[in-house]
Amino acid sequence: MTNPTEPKKVATREAYGEALVEAGGARPDIVVLDADLSASTRTQLFAEKYPDRFFNMGIAEANMIGVAAGLAAAGKIPFASTFAVFAPGRVYDQIRLSVAYPRLGVKIASTHAGLTVGEDGASHQSLEDLALARVLPNMTVIVPADGAETRAAVFAAIEHEGPVYLRLGRVPVPAIYPPDKRFTVGRYDMLKEGRDVALVACGLMVEVCLQAAVTLAAEDILAGVVNASTVKPLDEETLTYVASRAGAVVTAEEHSVLGGLGGAVTEFLSGIHPVPVVRVGVDDRFGQSGRPGELLEAYGLTASRVADAARKAVALKKGR
Amino acid sequence: MSTASVDALQRTAAIVRRRIVEMIGRAGSGHPGGSLSAADILTALYFHVLRLDPENPGWPERDRFVLSKGHAAPALYAALAERGFFPVSELDRLRRLGSPLQGHPDMKSLPGVEASTGSLGQGLSFAVGLALAARLDKASWRVYVMLGDGEIQEGQVWEAAMAASHHGLDNLTAYLDYNGLQIDGPVEEVMSISPVADKWRAFGWNVIEVDGHDISAILRATRDARETKGRPTIIVARTVKGRGVSFMEGKHGWHGKAPNEEQLKQALEELDGLASALAAEDGRPGAAGEDGEGTSG
Repeated sequence: MTNPTEPKKVATREAYGEALVEAGGARPDIVVLDADLSASTRTQLFAEKYPDRFFNMGIAEANMIGVAAGLAAAGKIPFASTFAVFAPGRVYDQIRLSVAYPRLGVKIASTHAGLTVGEDGASHQSLEDLALARVLPNMTVIVPADGAETRAAVFAAIEHEGPVYLRLGRVPVPAIYPPDKRFTVGRYDMLKEGRDVALVACGLMVEVCLQAAVTLAAEDILAGVVNASTVKPLDEETLTYVASRAGAVVTAEEHSVLGGLGGAVTEFLSGIHPVPVVRVGVDDRFGQSGRPGELLEAYGLTASRVADAARKAVALKKGR
Repeated sequence: MSTASVDALQRTAAIVRRRIVEMIGRAGSGHPGGSLSAADILTALYFHVLRLDPENPGWPERDRFVLSKGHAAPALYAALAERGFFPVSELDRLRRLGSPLQGHPDMKSLPGVEASTGSLGQGLSFAVGLALAARLDKASWRVYVMLGDGEIQEGQVWEAAMAASHHGLDNLTAYLDYNGLQIDGPVEEVMSISPVADKWRAFGWNVIEVDGHDISAILRATRDARETKGRPTIIVARTVKGRGVSFMEGKHGWHGKAPNEEQLKQALEELDGLASALAAEDGRPGAAGEDGEGTSG
């Protein structure tokens, strides 16, 4: 039933697994660790190709992070994978002291972030991980929007000297970029210029914002769309540019409205170029079981909600 | 190991103890009890066991030592300074603003420190990562790690213990500074860790029990550990918290408290007395400030 003209949807976790295999050939210093979830995180692909450089640490995430830190201290480039609820969630102190404080090049690539975990419910739906990761000094936080950007982000993470948190999803998402997409840490893509409001998003909400921009254009609200795929460090130049140009900002993320991309953008703009910022995300509550699509609807992570937020931001701007 | 060299190591340990007490007294805070209990093991490691080059602290082939019980930082700093990694005068800057001698070890600020520790339970995992890296590189360097006895109440230690034996890491040797006391009191009262040796054996480790103040015994056990193939070794070292300072010995109150001026004076007198006695036994004058015998790579 797939429309042959539409590009195939790919889960960012799948693109991650494939990118590890691709990168692993030329870089014998890459090692991969998992905590009994390699089939789900897709590190299994690397494990099959390079069994000597894959370490399944069992259901022991705290130890996995410490072992990854030791490997990094001895010159390896470790990717440590589990679900986002477990890293950074479960092992916060291990990441803080063993990885972030000594600025060791551990790449924490966690999958199943956000509501779209689906049926497993709140215990497995991490809506707080961006907040946890981005407040750690030395940490870089990346949320790719599609498969091609994930691949590019993996290669960028390998070249990046310090620790990286790479936030990946479970469900297939539409392609936004061509397969040869390049990625620079801390640089955003302006996917669409806009005069009236800037939609600043990460992860699967980038595609949702592109849809919202179409709706808004029909009302003569010209919305710009920015893929803010590095949540830390922010691309301050691009944020300042879009805030000054449009004078109103909407942030959108599959994460709590507290402390994630919306929090980071608001913190930054309030001190340098204060404009109305309306945040779209999960309100201060836990998720629940359901199909991924149903959950996005139920928690307001939709194009119509983003369009509402954009109208509100524009009204706030005019009301000043 | 000749008797003469063991004597030299004992004299060095006395100097290390003096430095520990002196720097904590000067800083006005720190952890003397668990630093003094670890002093003989650290001296044995830094002055006989570890392949190191103080002139080149990043030498890739060096052995690695991870102080998982990071609050014993003064013992590590004293050993590193005596071994020549940085001037002994730097010890005066312990815990001062801007000092590389942080309250707990910071691998990025001080040469010779291999891991940033201080939140207990993390160092063994780090050491497992180092040991796996050495194996991947088919390198001959070894990994040594020291754990506190209270520290092994942390669950992560047992995750790491499982991983080390699962991977058969015979290039990894752990020391348990078994001084029997933690902040709130005797380990056996706060949360029993008995039977310690059986627990590690059940996790697949080779276990050697020694008197942690008997340097010959520490060195013998370390050699046996090195010769043990296919599994990691833990040397369960019975120690006395505050060892070497009469009023600190066996008192959990001295876990994280600095001596006042008067106490410092008495402690230093006792430690100087010990150093002179050791020097006299060996027929050599003036132990304080004298270099211990070391092996470098």
